[in-house]
Amino acid sequence: MSTVLIWNLTLAFLSLSFILAFIRLIKGPRLPDRVVALDLITILIIGFITVYAARTNQPVFLDVVTILALIAFLGTVAFAYYIERRI
Amino acid sequence: MELLTALIMLAGSFFMLMAGIGILRMPDLFLRMSTTAKAGTLGAGLMLLATAVYFDSFSITTRAIATIVFIMITTPVATHMIARAAYFDGSALWEGTIQDDLHGHYHTTTHILDNQPAADTEIPEIESDDFQESG
Repeated sequence: MSTVLIWNLTLAFLSLSFILAFIRLIKGPRLPDRVVALDLITILIIGFITVYAARTNQPVFLDVVTILALIAFLGTVAFAYYIERRI
Repeated sequence: MELLTALIMLAGSFFMLMAGIGILRMPDLFLRMSTTAKAGTLGAGLMLLATAVYFDSFSITTRAIATIVFIMITTPVATHMIARAAYFDGSALWEGTIQDDLHGHYHTTTHILDNQPAADTEIPEIESDDFQESG
């Protein structure tokens, strides 16, 4: 019973952090702030997927986590090139 | 085993929450990045470690450790590139900043780091009283 509570608390923490990062994504005064917020949101999605993989007992989702980490890195590097070259 | 998994997941999500609070509350892009990069990496690493503990098989553990190492390698690189681009883009520093070591050291058109600041650069005076020049 208490294990279910801990799982739910984990999801609550992740959701709260998601909302905070989304506020920064909307507010962020410049483009780099939004890129950093998107990077954090991708990391949070990685957390959600690991929780889901453990809860539903399906280890296939860990491949998705690997690909998502790769895409997050490539996206951030592409945005960095774009910000640096557009000046 | 499931209780241990849940506890490690809870620790990881706690660090993710710290990253979320940091990205909203920190006053400056560079301070914001310093919280999200470190807390986010630690949180994701702990959560992947929890899946490795939960499934308890060789292939899953290998995949989880590979992903942790990949995140730990790529996050500093991505953060550094964004910080460099934001510095050229002119992101404002926090008004409480007492020293900007890079001021005037970057060539404005070629973006090459130079040891000597450019001749026409004005080094701003430091007005804070509690700052002591070291050495």
